Amino acid sequence: MAEYIKMFVSFFKIGMFTFGGGLAMFPMFRKELVEKHKYITEDELIDYYSIGQCTPGIIAVNVATFTGYKVRKTIGAIVATMALVLPSLIIIMAIAGILSEITDNEIIENAFNGIRIGVTVLLLNEVISLAKKNIKNKFQIIILILAGIMIFGLHVSSVLAVFIAGLIGGAKFIRQKK
Amino acid sequence: MIYWLLFYEFFKIGLFAIGGGPVTIPFLFDLSEKYSWFSKEQLVDMIAVSQSTPGPIGINMATYAGFQTAGVSGGIIATLGLVLPSLIIVILISKILRKYVNTPCWCEVMMAIRPVVLMLMLYACVGLFELSVTNLYRVCFAVVFFILVYFYKKSPIFYIILSGILGVLLKI
Repeated sequence: MAEYIKMFVSFFKIGMFTFGGGLAMFPMFRKELVEKHKYITEDELIDYYSIGQCTPGIIAVNVATFTGYKVRKTIGAIVATMALVLPSLIIIMAIAGILSEITDNEIIENAFNGIRIGVTVLLLNEVISLAKKNIKNKFQIIILILAGIMIFGLHVSSVLAVFIAGLIGGAKFIRQKK
Repeated sequence: MIYWLLFYEFFKIGLFAIGGGPVTIPFLFDLSEKYSWFSKEQLVDMIAVSQSTPGPIGINMATYAGFQTAGVSGGIIATLGLVLPSLIIVILISKILRKYVNTPCWCEVMMAIRPVVLMLMLYACVGLFELSVTNLYRVCFAVVFFILVYFYKKSPIFYIILSGILGVLLKI
């Protein structure tokens, strides 16, 4: 039991004090999980990150689940994941509650008009850096064009678009094998 | 029932949003079109708040979206829905599937999915542009801000706070 509590506190702290999500959380994960509690080694942490990037879901959650499982199997995985998520639940709902109370305030309105543009620009910047990192060969350029037609032209839903791409990737593998 | 629907929709996002938090944005965009749970304006505000508060961004957005839709229980249910697929998949990987991750087949699937994720994000980005950059003054602001973001690598929180301050000062 003490082990679970220790683990809960550790992941709660990570969820509470790291900003930026994903990669930005790496140093905190290392400090808490590798250096302080020695739940995992640094190599394992890097490994979890790389698997996390190619499995569904939030990367930080995947890291928490992997670590929790390693320390205390399925229950450990659940405890670690819930502890990581809990601070977000509390903080976000508090802020959302306050924000929904403020209406008809010109300063807040102007601030959010600016922030909306800021968020859009940040997302564009993220798209550009993703493109640089992820588009590596002709096959991916073809998929990119296909995706453009599906998403911008045919308004296919996000779920269906990802599903179709996965099938194409699988089919390509099977054909190459033959 | 709203809770089941919330859970189902966020479970789907947890299953198909591959590549981490920001990838959930296009999926949330889909939700704002499909249901009247939250508007696109509210979605942009959610993204801003989620990037400037602690915790994983994807979790923050799910909590916010769920709360906006159905209060405190909504926030909890949406978050659990988002987390559950990862929880199941990661436990399965730890138990048995370890040898199937990073195999040639899985790599091909990922190679095909990444460009689609990129295009989905671009689509969401265009949608946000239409919503937030509505006049010439704002276009100019967006261009200048983009140059800033592109050339000076600072944290997203820094830029979100800066855009808010500039929004007030320049009466955007």
